[in-house]
Amino acid sequence: MKDAKHQEPAGKAGKWTIPGYGLLQGLFVSGRNMVESYYKKERCPVIQYPEEKADISPNFRNFPFLCYDGDRPETGLRCTACGICEKECPPQCIYIVMDRDENGKAKKRPKVFDIDISVCMNCGICAEVCPFDSIYMDGQYEMATDDRFEKLVLGLDRLAKSTDYHMQLRPKEATAVMEKRKAAEEKKKAAAAARAAKAKAAAEKKAKEAKEQAEKNADDAKGGTE
Amino acid sequence: MMLGNVEFEMAWLAPEQWPRLPQHLVEWLVALCGLPEWLVSIAGWFTSAGVVVGVFMGLFALLSLIERKTLARVQNRYGPNRAGWFGILQPVADGIKMLTKEDIVPAKADWLLHLLGPVLIVIPSILALGVIPYGQDWVPVPLELGLVFFFAVGAMTEIAVFVAGWASGSKFPMLGAMRAISQMVSYELPLIISALAVVMMSGTLSLPEIVESQGGYTLGFLPQWNLFTPWGLSAGVVFFIACIAEANRCPFDLPEGESEIVAGHMTEYSGFKYALFFIGEYLGLFAISALGITLFLGGWQSPLPIFDFLPSWLWFFAKLAVVIFIFLWIRATFPRVRIDQLMRFAWLCLIPIALLSLPTAAIWHYANKANNDIVAWIATMPLVLIPWVVLTVLFNRRLSPATTRTYHFAE
Repeated sequence: MKDAKHQEPAGKAGKWTIPGYGLLQGLFVSGRNMVESYYKKERCPVIQYPEEKADISPNFRNFPFLCYDGDRPETGLRCTACGICEKECPPQCIYIVMDRDENGKAKKRPKVFDIDISVCMNCGICAEVCPFDSIYMDGQYEMATDDRFEKLVLGLDRLAKSTDYHMQLRPKEATAVMEKRKAAEEKKKAAAAARAAKAKAAAEKKAKEAKEQAEKNADDAKGGTE
Repeated sequence: MMLGNVEFEMAWLAPEQWPRLPQHLVEWLVALCGLPEWLVSIAGWFTSAGVVVGVFMGLFALLSLIERKTLARVQNRYGPNRAGWFGILQPVADGIKMLTKEDIVPAKADWLLHLLGPVLIVIPSILALGVIPYGQDWVPVPLELGLVFFFAVGAMTEIAVFVAGWASGSKFPMLGAMRAISQMVSYELPLIISALAVVMMSGTLSLPEIVESQGGYTLGFLPQWNLFTPWGLSAGVVFFIACIAEANRCPFDLPEGESEIVAGHMTEYSGFKYALFFIGEYLGLFAISALGITLFLGGWQSPLPIFDFLPSWLWFFAKLAVVIFIFLWIRATFPRVRIDQLMRFAWLCLIPIALLSLPTAAIWHYANKANNDIVAWIATMPLVLIPWVVLTVLFNRRLSPATTRTYHFAE
């Protein structure tokens, strides 16, 4: 055999085989597969889909969802309706309307948040750009409906999902996000405390100065009368 | 026991007689109505034929499911399990689908021959099933020349395949039919020659008598089937391989090699005509396996004397199940061979071995006359082993680096 790339056939020089031995080996392999498929899971790894479902990987991503803290999406929604995802979305499937009070002041939460999943291309850019850890890619894949229009536009009611759901879907990512948010909160609290302390100190200093001034004035007045 | 004016025999109810029970009942009922003797016989014949057709159509439906299940298990799947319990209704679903499909006849086809093709495929298989001895008392048609009849009607399938290929009026069926014919004619030779060895030994062409000649046990427990003799072993192996090719089963299912010729002679068929090809193929598989069991595996004889109490037809069908399972196993394992390999294998390998089993059988016959088994084995073993030794040498020489073909353009 000149070419080393060739796989050597079973019956090489000096190594004799019986005709039909390879066939029997093949029969043995297929027979073992057949018998073991009845009692070994790895020999019959079929998942019978509608009844059984495969565990999805944390890397699996499908249409986006919105995360909320606490129990109620009305109060705990992380989304501030900043509109970054709406602007970044390449197929422009996100539609956001800011919620405003009667004076026209932004309440920093969405009144309408729609995602048209017939347009969405599952790129995940919205989840990447969100600065408020609000929008993430979902793990749902049973999205078929009998309606092309209304049922393929997901509103807040279908988009809002709890942090628990996120934790269940992607534990690693969700834990990191929770820690980050906690740290940020603590930092904020610490900063607020520091600011309060500073303000207090400033107030004290001011009071002290005022007192000193008053004393000085009093002294001056005294001296003046002498 | 007399019921009315005609005899009703309680012996009909014995398990051994169950397959014949419908025939007996119909004959008894017709006779009870006072109809003439010839009408009673005709009614009996039709019932007897109906039992054979019904049993094997049922087995065909069952096999179509079991085959898919077995193949699935080899491929680490479950197989059909949606229609009914364990997919038991799958054959029904397939049947309904096939029946309700549109029947398309190509514009260039000869419509009459196009219709005759699938019909002619099914008929010989059913005819061939008629002469097989299924049980001690269950031979639908006890022909004196059963074996000749079997091969004669078996050869009709070749004509049917060619009719189908020719009448379709397009090139793939034509090419497929020519390939199928060349394959079936080539493999008919080793099939018949190896069956001839059995005829030489048992001295009869009647299938029931061939089965009876295999009765009895050596040393009280070894069944005296033809397979357990030196000539029977070599002839049996050749017969089995030729069987696979005759039944168009994998790895010799070239007539329907879809990668080369779409579906061979079945390319232009759809709907129930297409289903008829499958029925014919499976019935042919049953028929040829049944013949193999009759010739080499002792037909309805039980494998051990202690099992003699079971009805004989049960043993026949148990053996049939085993043989069919081996067919399935082979189908699940081996890839399809090439047409030139197939033809070379038949003419250069199977036919010489089959021919050699004839003198082996003759020597066995005369050595056995002296009632000395050991002498007979010693006298015949060289003849059995010679082809295998030659094959081994050739096989290894062919695979040796000096003769291995190198593919210059397939890198």
